[in-house]
Amino acid sequence: QVSELVQFLLVKDQKKIPIKRADILKNVIREYRDAYSEIVNKAGRTLQEVFGLQLVEIDTKRHTYILINNLRRAEGEYLCRDKEKEKMGLLLVILSFIFMKGNSVKDSALWEFLHLLRVYPGKQHRVFGDVRKLVMEEFVRQKYLETTPIPLTDPPEFKYQWGPRAEKETSKKDVLTFVAKIQGKDPTFWASQYSEAGA
Amino acid sequence: NTVMAAQMTNAHRRFLQVLMSNGITEGSEARKLHQHCCETDKVYYAHDKLDDFISTINSHLQPLFMQIRKGISEDDGRAYYAVVNLAETEVTKMASDYSEIELELFRKTMDLIILSENGFASSTDILNLADQLKTKKMKKKEAEQVLKVFVEDKWLSEKNGEYTLHTRCIIEMEQYILSNYQDVARKCNICHSLAIQSQVCESCGIGMHLPCVRKYFRAQTEPRCPKCNEFWSCDIP
Repeated sequence: QVSELVQFLLVKDQKKIPIKRADILKNVIREYRDAYSEIVNKAGRTLQEVFGLQLVEIDTKRHTYILINNLRRAEGEYLCRDKEKEKMGLLLVILSFIFMKGNSVKDSALWEFLHLLRVYPGKQHRVFGDVRKLVMEEFVRQKYLETTPIPLTDPPEFKYQWGPRAEKETSKKDVLTFVAKIQGKDPTFWASQYSEAGA
Repeated sequence: NTVMAAQMTNAHRRFLQVLMSNGITEGSEARKLHQHCCETDKVYYAHDKLDDFISTINSHLQPLFMQIRKGISEDDGRAYYAVVNLAETEVTKMASDYSEIELELFRKTMDLIILSENGFASSTDILNLADQLKTKKMKKKEAEQVLKVFVEDKWLSEKNGEYTLHTRCIIEMEQYILSNYQDVARKCNICHSLAIQSQVCESCGIGMHLPCVRKYFRAQTEPRCPKCNEFWSCDIP
């Protein structure tokens, strides 16, 4: 059972879509419902021990899980499937922007910022293709970003924050370091972000 | 040849993660990766110990019915590594990535390839199959697109409009193919692994991989079948 669950989780997580407890029960655990916790815990330990992946429950109400990488991303890492590297680059820039702006930005502000990088929501990007879809759908579905509607706005506006996967896979400290590097300044330059990052 | 169940280190885990994400990794790339992982995670590195390194990982993968397996490419004779699922469940990895109808097309294409003389199925034959699928008919344009995806994802490889199984597919599905196509699937007479593309002896019918043929006949003045000793009629690659 445990090995089946491990394989199930690996396959599902390949697409970075969160895994629902209901799916686990239906497809893997089936008649062993009573042993659910035990099986999940064992699977989690196996994933850590053998693959260096951590099973994290990101929604304790709806019981959804993701796998995050325990291993530090190394320089020049080979994980370059399907424009992964470029997408992660864009994501890091977006996460940085959100953090530096106080952890929440309006979608209009985000797109204004991306304009500066010649990334436009309406236009097909040479590398990213449909950027609007990438940011608003793919990154949100993968739990890297979280989007919530701003009440009483017409036309409806949204705000963007870090999603639970971003919280687990990177840190405010890493992001601040990244921004500091790009701007050629010391991270302490941004006092409030620096203290928030707990650096 | 016993291997002590050595501990997994982060270097092993990193290596495994990258292998899984690559789908298939060529031999020299795997060696470079071995070095990269050991250096990144500060683990003792010996350049000739890749096999032991992999064995350690495999000893931990075994209870999960998984394994890092080495296979030889039928095209260039080079070694490739892939992480395979040993449980007898059919095409497990593919099952989550493709729809029911795409899987049916793949299985039928695989039938054509394995039953063929030379290990290839022409695109025309495959497109004709698309028309006869049980799940639902597939239009030619759609089938062409699906074939393209199979090639991109390294399940099939294409040469001059003809399709054969990619090395990755052969490594991952060797057991499945050997058990499900028992009477038809050919094994190479030299290395005893599954042979999809092969040269066949006209007299006794044994088959050999092209790289195996090349190696076997390299030292011989007159190529003769290793089994029946008749003159080998195919062109030595």
